[in-house]
Amino acid sequence: MIKVDHLSKSFGKIKAVDHISFEVKEQENLILLGTSGSGKTTTLKMINRLIEPTGGKVFINGENILDQSPEVLRRGIGYVLQNNGLFPHYTVAANIAIVPQLLKWDKKRIEHRVSELLEKLHLDKTYLNVYPNELSGGQQQRVGLARALVADPPVLLMDEPFGALDNITRSKIHAEFKALDELKRKTIIMVTHDVQEAFELGDRICLMHKGKIIQNGTPTELLFRPANSFVKDFLKEQRLQLEFKAIRLNDIAPLPPEGGAFDLHGERVDAGVALWSVLEQFKFTKAEGLSIINHQNKKIGSISFEELMAAFYQYKKHQPHE
Amino acid sequence: MNEQQQTLWGFMVQQSDKLLTQTLQHIGLTFISLIIAVLVGLPLGILITRKKNLSGSVLGIAGILQTIPSIALLGFMIPLLGIGVKPAIVALLLYALLPIIRNTYTGITGVDAAVKEAAVAMGMNKWQVLFKVELPLAMPVILAGIRTATVINVGVATLASYIAAGGLGEFIFGGISLNNTNMILAGAIPAALLAILFDFLLSLLQHLNLKKLKRAAIALPVLLLVMASFYFIPSAYGGKLTAGFTPEFMGRQDGNLGLQSKYGLKIRTIVISDAIMYKAAFEKELDVISGYSTDGRLKAYGLVILDDDKKIFPPYYAAPIVREDALKKFPDLEKILNMLSGKINDSIMTDLNYRTDYLHQSPERVAKDFLIAHNLWQPKRGGNGSIVRIGSKIFGEQYILASMYTMLIKGYTNYNVATKTGLGGTKICFDALTNNQIDLYPEYTGTGLLAILQPTQKAIDALAGDRDKTYIYVKNEFEKRYQIKWLQPIGFNNAYALMMRKKQADELGVKTISDLKQYLERK
Repeated sequence: MIKVDHLSKSFGKIKAVDHISFEVKEQENLILLGTSGSGKTTTLKMINRLIEPTGGKVFINGENILDQSPEVLRRGIGYVLQNNGLFPHYTVAANIAIVPQLLKWDKKRIEHRVSELLEKLHLDKTYLNVYPNELSGGQQQRVGLARALVADPPVLLMDEPFGALDNITRSKIHAEFKALDELKRKTIIMVTHDVQEAFELGDRICLMHKGKIIQNGTPTELLFRPANSFVKDFLKEQRLQLEFKAIRLNDIAPLPPEGGAFDLHGERVDAGVALWSVLEQFKFTKAEGLSIINHQNKKIGSISFEELMAAFYQYKKHQPHE
Repeated sequence: MNEQQQTLWGFMVQQSDKLLTQTLQHIGLTFISLIIAVLVGLPLGILITRKKNLSGSVLGIAGILQTIPSIALLGFMIPLLGIGVKPAIVALLLYALLPIIRNTYTGITGVDAAVKEAAVAMGMNKWQVLFKVELPLAMPVILAGIRTATVINVGVATLASYIAAGGLGEFIFGGISLNNTNMILAGAIPAALLAILFDFLLSLLQHLNLKKLKRAAIALPVLLLVMASFYFIPSAYGGKLTAGFTPEFMGRQDGNLGLQSKYGLKIRTIVISDAIMYKAAFEKELDVISGYSTDGRLKAYGLVILDDDKKIFPPYYAAPIVREDALKKFPDLEKILNMLSGKINDSIMTDLNYRTDYLHQSPERVAKDFLIAHNLWQPKRGGNGSIVRIGSKIFGEQYILASMYTMLIKGYTNYNVATKTGLGGTKICFDALTNNQIDLYPEYTGTGLLAILQPTQKAIDALAGDRDKTYIYVKNEFEKRYQIKWLQPIGFNNAYALMMRKKQADELGVKTISDLKQYLERK
C-alpha cells in the first residue's frame, strides 16, 4: 500500500533522514518509534509532502506521490497532529468539515457525515457549534481525529496524536482507538516516542535512530529477536509490561475449534488480543479462568489464570533471546 | 470688543459652515490615505511573511519614513507633487504604512504553527491558507495596526492645511497666528474628538468575536470608502484664478475679510502655509498670494505687489518690543537696540531677505555684512554678564534682526545673549514674552494692533492706516496693558500685500487690487 524507497532528507549538513526504506501493508498499523531527533516525524511529513524529500521516493498504491499535486495528495490522506491544530476560529462542525468543503461535497452529505463521526467518537451533538477552546484536551483530540477521518481517506498519518494528553485520558482514547471500526480499515502510520503506546497500538514497529531504521518488525520480533544492543536497551524499561502487550492470546493458548471462541465471564475475547488486555479484563471480573466454547456456545474447556501465566513463561523460554 | 470675547460655542456656531467643511475634509483626508495605506501595507506585510529576508529592509524603510518630521515630509512633497490634496495624501499614507505593515507581519507570523500545518496538511492551497486561516486569525492584530494608523493620520492631517489640502488645521494654525484661542480650539477639539471616536469605533471592531469578524471584514472597506468620499463633498467650486492665502490672512480684517468687504473680491481660495506659498505662485500652482511686502522671495520669484488702492492693509512697521522689567535689569539695552532705528528701509530689507531666502546665506552672515557696511559692527567683548534672551518668529527677516541684535549686544555691552528663534507665530512669541521666557523680539505695529490688542473696528478706523498714529496707539496700549515697551521703529514696513507673477499681471493688465476684482468679474 505504502512503499518508502531510499528516502532521505538533509537540513543543511544534517541528515535528518538517511536512506530509509520500508513498506506498509493495507490496513496495517505501522509505528515509527524513536527518541526526538531520530527522524521519525520528518519521515512522516514526507509522506504527505509537508516536507519535500532531498532523495528517494514514496509510493502510495503504486503511484509516486511526487507526481501528484500536493493539495490533491493531502486531501486523500488523513493527518492528526500532536497539538491537534484545530482552527480556533471555526466551530467543531466547521473544523471537521474542512476537507469535505475542499472536496466540494454538498451540504447535506457533510452534515450527515459529521454527525455520524461525532457519534462514533462519543462526542455529544451539542458540541457541534462550540469553538475548540471550549473543549477539554481529550475532546479536542477526538475532534482532530474526526477531522482526519471525515473524508474516509485510506491512509492516516498520525504525529504523536496522544502525546499531549494525561495518562488516564490517553488510555481511554487508546481503548477507543482500538475499538473504532473506521480505523480498522485504514492503513496507519503513527509517530510516537512512547514505547508502551507503540506496543499497544502497533502491528509493526519501525525503530529509528539518527535518521536510520534500526529494526523493523512486529512487537514480538523486537522483543525477542532484537537486531542489536540498541534495540535491547531501548526496550529495557518495563519489559514485562511490553511482553504482555506484545504476546497475543493465540500465541500461547490452544485455539478454540472452528466457530468457537474464548469467553471470559460471558464476554467474548478475541484470540488475537494482547495478553495485557486479557489480564486487564481478569481484574474486573471474578472469573477463575478463560472458558473455551464451541460453535454451539457450549463450554468445552477452560484455561485458568495460573495456566495462562505458565504458558506465557513457557513461550518466553522458547524465544531465542531469553 | 464683544465680537472678540465671544464664547467658543459662539465661534463654532458662527463658523459652522467652515467647521463642517474642514471636519469633512479632515475625515476624508484621513481615510483616503488610510485606504491606500491598507491597500499597499497589507499585501506588503503579507509579502514579507513569505519572503522573510525582505522583512528587515521593508520594516526598516517604513520605520525611517515614520521618523521624518511631518512638516519636512510635506515640504519634500511639493517639488514632486505640487500643493493640495496629492502631496498631503501621499505624506499621510507614508505615515500610516509602518503600523499596518508591521502588524500584518506580526499578526501572520504569530498564527499558531500547528494550525498552519494542519491547514496545509488538510490540502489547502496557499491562498486558502492565507484567506481562511492566516488572515482571519491575524485580523485582531492587523486591526490594531489600522487603528494606530488612523489615530496618527487624524493628528498629522492637521498639518495638511500647510500645503493647501484643507482640514481642521486651517482653524488651528489660523488661530495660532491670529492669537485667537476660540479658533484654535474650534480646530483642535474636533480633531481630538475625531481621533477618540475613530479609535473607539475601531476598538469595537477589534474586539468582536471571531464569528462576527467575517461580516466586519466586509463592512470595513465600505465604511472606509464612505469616509474617504467626504473629502470631495466640499470642494465643488472653480474659478479663473486661484488664490493661496495663509491661515492668518484668511481670518484677518486686514486680510481676506477686508478684501471681501471693502473690495468685494471673490476668488477661489485655498489655505496654504507661507513657507511654500511663494514657490507655489512661482510654479503657477497659485495665481494670487498674500505675501509680505519685504519678503526676499518677491524678488527671487519675479512677483509683483498689487497696489492696495483702498488702503485695507494697515502699516506694519517693525520695532523691537521689550518687557519693561528687562529694560530695568539691562540698563544699556534700550540704547543698543535703538542703534538700528531708521537704518533699514523697505528695499534694504527686501534685499537682506533675498540673500537669506533665495541665496541661502546664513542670517548671521547677512546680519554681520550689514552691520559692517554701516559701521555698526564691533567684535565680541566676551563679557560674562547676565543673559538677554531674544526671540524671533519663524521667518528669515526675524532671524536676521535677531542676529543683528545679538551682535550689537555682544559687541557693545558685557551682557550675554541667548536666542530663541523660530517661535511659530505671533501668539507663541507674545506669550513667551509676557511669561518671561524671552526678554524681547521684533514685532510689527499692525500685528500688535490687530492680532494682540484687537481693538474695536471704530478704533481701527480712527487710526486710518496712519503710520505714526498706529505706532503711538500700540506703544501706549502695550505699556498700559502688558508693561511692554515698543522701542523706535527700525524703518521698514512689512505689510501684507497681494502679489501675482509679474508676467501674468502684465498680461492681464492688473496693477491694483481693484483691477484684479474687475478682471475676475469679467466674463
